[in-house]
Amino acid sequence: MATGQLFSKTTQALFYNYKQLPIQRMLDFDFLCGRETPSVAGIINPGSEGFQKLFFGQEEIAIPVHSTVLSELIHIDLARLTDMENFIEAASATHPTADVFINFASFRSAAASSMAALKQPTIRVVAIIAEGVPEADTKQLIAYARANNKVVIGPATVGGIQAGAFKIGDTAGTIDNIIQSKLYRPGSVGFVSKSGGMSNELYNTIARVTDGIYEGIAIGGDVFPGSTLSDHVLRFNNIPQVKMIVVLGELGGQDEYSLVEALKQGKVNKPVVAWVSGTCARLFKSEVQFGHAGAKSGGELESAQAKNQALKDAGAVVPTSYEALETAIKETFEKLVEAGKITPVKEVKPPQIPEDLNIAIKSGRVRAPTHIISTISDDRGEEPCYAGVPMSSIVEQGYGVGDVISLLWFKRSLPRYCTKFIEICIMLCADHGPCVSGAHNTIVTARAGKDLVSSLVSASETGLLTIGPRFGGAIDDAARYFKDAYDRGLTAYEFVESMKKKGIRVPGIGHRIKRGDNRDKRVELLQLFARTNFPSVKYMEYAVQVETYTLSKANNLVLNVDGAIGSLFLDLLAGSGMFTKQEIDEIIEIGYLNGLFVLARSIGLIGHTFDQKRLKQPLYRHPWEDVLYTK
Amino acid sequence: MARKKIREYDSKRLLKEHFKRLSGRELPIKSAQVTESTDFAELVEREPWLSSCKLVVKPDMLFGKRGKSGLVALNLDISQVATFVKERLGKQVEMGGCKGPITTFIIEPFIPHNEEFYLNIVSERLGCSISFSECGGIEIEENWDKVKTIYVPTGIPLASESCAPLVATLPLEIRGEIEEFIKVVFTLFQDVDFTFLEMNPFTLVDGKPYPLDMRGELDDTAAFKNFKKWGDIEFPMPFGRVMSATESFIHGLDEKTSASLKFTVLNPKGRIWTMVAGGGASVIYADTVGDLGYASELGNYAEYSGAPNEEEVLQYARVVIDCATVDPDGRKRALVIGGGIANFTDVAATFNGIIRALKEKESKLKAARMHIYVRRGGPNYQRGLAKMRSLGEEIGIPLEVYGPEATMTGICKQAIDCISAAA
Repeated sequence: MATGQLFSKTTQALFYNYKQLPIQRMLDFDFLCGRETPSVAGIINPGSEGFQKLFFGQEEIAIPVHSTVLSELIHIDLARLTDMENFIEAASATHPTADVFINFASFRSAAASSMAALKQPTIRVVAIIAEGVPEADTKQLIAYARANNKVVIGPATVGGIQAGAFKIGDTAGTIDNIIQSKLYRPGSVGFVSKSGGMSNELYNTIARVTDGIYEGIAIGGDVFPGSTLSDHVLRFNNIPQVKMIVVLGELGGQDEYSLVEALKQGKVNKPVVAWVSGTCARLFKSEVQFGHAGAKSGGELESAQAKNQALKDAGAVVPTSYEALETAIKETFEKLVEAGKITPVKEVKPPQIPEDLNIAIKSGRVRAPTHIISTISDDRGEEPCYAGVPMSSIVEQGYGVGDVISLLWFKRSLPRYCTKFIEICIMLCADHGPCVSGAHNTIVTARAGKDLVSSLVSASETGLLTIGPRFGGAIDDAARYFKDAYDRGLTAYEFVESMKKKGIRVPGIGHRIKRGDNRDKRVELLQLFARTNFPSVKYMEYAVQVETYTLSKANNLVLNVDGAIGSLFLDLLAGSGMFTKQEIDEIIEIGYLNGLFVLARSIGLIGHTFDQKRLKQPLYRHPWEDVLYTK
Repeated sequence: MARKKIREYDSKRLLKEHFKRLSGRELPIKSAQVTESTDFAELVEREPWLSSCKLVVKPDMLFGKRGKSGLVALNLDISQVATFVKERLGKQVEMGGCKGPITTFIIEPFIPHNEEFYLNIVSERLGCSISFSECGGIEIEENWDKVKTIYVPTGIPLASESCAPLVATLPLEIRGEIEEFIKVVFTLFQDVDFTFLEMNPFTLVDGKPYPLDMRGELDDTAAFKNFKKWGDIEFPMPFGRVMSATESFIHGLDEKTSASLKFTVLNPKGRIWTMVAGGGASVIYADTVGDLGYASELGNYAEYSGAPNEEEVLQYARVVIDCATVDPDGRKRALVIGGGIANFTDVAATFNGIIRALKEKESKLKAARMHIYVRRGGPNYQRGLAKMRSLGEEIGIPLEVYGPEATMTGICKQAIDCISAAA
């Protein structure tokens, strides 16, 4: 590779696989450096298109997002990447000025997307962040890049930075650190390391004892990095602004020896300060693999000691330990200053970057109001909790749907007879045949080819939306009126007559078919369960008294299922001893009980939708004969 | 995580299986694996050839020079093999300075032979090197000048012309067969993501190549695309690397998380212990203690990185502290909680776990006269460092805290000064 500068103050990149933070950090760096254009021209992201809003200083900008193949779960053979190539080609064509490709793809797809990028004539540099890219794939990228005069940085790296000009992803960390290390303006030192974490440390160290970094690259910890330490040293040697070079190598591999060769052959005429870490490897009794894939104790030649010695012999400045590296850099720089080879850097004051709200909150400097309160469940911990009860207890203790409802609706664990009652209500109300208006509407909608959710709720007047005072939802009203009348001590007679006076039908009383001598089986079942299990059924007994009186007026004015559930729920709330009077009023007021009907009937309506779809029923048309046409 | 050695048994299994898939031809390889759990009767039932031919048995433990070390037995029947294995299974041996027990053997047919060829393929940065010699076997190093090597650049198929220098001097009647063999093995090498493969020697049985001894390394980062091809593959630890209970606990933790947690005890009686964030920095901290002349006092190597969560850091820190505080002897010890300037790891968040562990272990730390030195930078570091400082005051343990304004390894020097100061 060699040649010189990779980046400039106008360099723009395509960013592959959207990550909010690294891009924002790049844009913040741009702003600090006084760049006029953002360094990210476009984003390529699997399965999404449009724009992404990000900050450029105080302002928000919209960066175009281009789609690509969803490739995270598959390995794409590098010989067959047509689809991915088409996407990347289209994005590159849209942004012809972007010549750097920053690849945040996972290790599974990083090689394929990188190869596709290398094939674009507009792309010159590809930086690969992922750790764990197969060696054979990287080798293909290396071969292609060499043949086509392109540069690969990584894999397994944080990237690199040209001070005051361009920064890859997360390189150099926080704004604080960038300012402290004076990375917003160029210095005179070229730096290259394997480790991405250590590169940040060294930017800081170098800024402490010199005029700072001109350019820094972390080549990544793999066995075969896309570009090598010596590749970048030779490149730095060609950049006039770079006056000295600092190299941080690592045990394992032979890369440092190509630098030794270059030094011996006189290809590098700027001072090189180098240190190879890993001298501790000989303390280990057996072969050891350190954190980086390439950092493995191999033969003596690959040891840190041997490499440090070889670099020293070849003319590099090699300290006796890492601890002494800072001094070695300092002395080398001071010699250059004395020799008049350093042009003093013009100091600039970088603009203030507005702090992100979440960072400010985290550090305790500001506070912000929340927008939503939730008291019934929490999904933040190891497992979701319903009203404080973890999912594992719910499953292990054999809770039922009734228990879950009691947790999520009433925020407490009700006794088993209560939750069993809730379950019985749901089972009883789950369906009531195809002719009731909710089911009918669902059937018509399903037959019109609409999806499940549409069939279930659809536009007004269908399915769930049919539920209201006329269809189904009389439970709340029944409970309200029965409770009011009972609590005020009205006799059944007084209650019914007062309702009649107001012109209100008594909710929970009356049935289309059922009669006094042919009770609703469901009502009987509920009453039987309650009489056996509830400590008190006073509201239900009151409803029965009301029924006795209304039956004396007409034979079809029986207590219906709404009335039975409504009155029994009052007994449940009052009799369980788990609710205050205020809570009971609130539950009735809010209309919890219709919730039971909505929940229950959804089961049936979903069933009707599936039934129609399974039967492949055509569009429903109501027969003429069934319509009275009139004026 | 990188290039991993595999057992000879697995190397041969992959060779046999994929040679057939790629070339349509069968290699007559037979081999059986024996470990502590092997029932010989069952094994013979599964591999009937074991009772019908003479056998070779040798340890399959990733170390070489087995013949020279007298660990290979030839021309045995199955009952003799069983006796040989029984006498050696679980016994300690020392190979190249590493001591460890033999846990795995490989059994193969005994093949009397005359020719011994050498084949070696190594993945290198710009391609692969293929070495071949007709003078293989245990004398290979003495005959190194007879080894011929070619270099195949990445992406270039292995043509007959490039292969020619390897096989040019072979007798005509076997040249074609061996050239074909090398070509298929090279294709297989790439297809199955080998990074290193060596047969020393392979011979010819009825004119067909047969590897007598084989070593292999796979690129384990390619595991995701080789799930089927590799089958039930094992990546054993390097020979002699026997993990202590604490080390294997951390190893288990490491396997379960996406973060990286490493812990190796170097000297259980050491008085300087480290717990360092970052793959690059952790090595440098261990280096520095050694480079400053105190390698003998270095208790461990420890690295955490890749944003482990608080619970993981807590469990990890507990183990490090337990090891560091074992058997108090009245002399001072130092714990170095180090790290560079993080790029994106939240320092305060990772410190939470360490702080909880330090609090839990307060009395142990005091009993061991532990002095703690902290240095770290990166996102949210001020908060993390402030928490550390107040912890020192709270539990009354000498604890010094530095940020990015201090050099990274300065605390190594302080730790050394601390343990070498009188009483």
